[in-house]
Amino acid sequence: MYLARVTGRVVATIRYRGLDGVKLQWIQPLDERGAPDGAQLIACAALDVGPGDLVHYVDGREAALALPDEHFVPVDATITGYVEQADSLGRDLALEGER
Amino acid sequence: MFLADVIGTVVSRTEQIGALAGRTLLLVRPVRPDGSATGARPRIAVDRIGAGVGDRVLVIDEGNSGRQILGLPNAPIKTLVVGFVDQVEVRGKVVYEP
Repeated sequence: MYLARVTGRVVATIRYRGLDGVKLQWIQPLDERGAPDGAQLIACAALDVGPGDLVHYVDGREAALALPDEHFVPVDATITGYVEQADSLGRDLALEGER
Repeated sequence: MFLADVIGTVVSRTEQIGALAGRTLLLVRPVRPDGSATGARPRIAVDRIGAGVGDRVLVIDEGNSGRQILGLPNAPIKTLVVGFVDQVEVRGKVVYEP
């Protein structure tokens, strides 16, 4: 899993079956200082999160396993949790907010 | 598997993925054999050994191994801390020994 911040959302009306009702969010992966690391990506959300929230996400096959739908869904990143506290090198990245 | 330094902890009390509920999540930074950071993005790993900040650890990042260790066939978890590193030797030379 990786740490990321939700930056926006994506609306897609017509989708592959299995993706119905799954929320799509833009996320920005973070490095250990809480700074943006690499390109933003689109992730499914297994829970209710919105822009500004600190989250963890999983990629690869596990992204499909993280969705509530038991069937195998074609996704490559899924937000797996809302992060309340993230201590990194002695600082709490959750307290510092968006950068 | 790769070597990493535990650099922090992640708390997510309202865990909605059942397999993650109640598990300790550690922020780990991948390192080279000599301990320098590889520059790869830090990962969040499920702790299986009681590791903490400052420990150099062995991390697996593969889903099937992770699910076997946890005994959960459908868990969306692939990154786990599975060992403490005591020594690293490269070409006959000890490059890490705390």
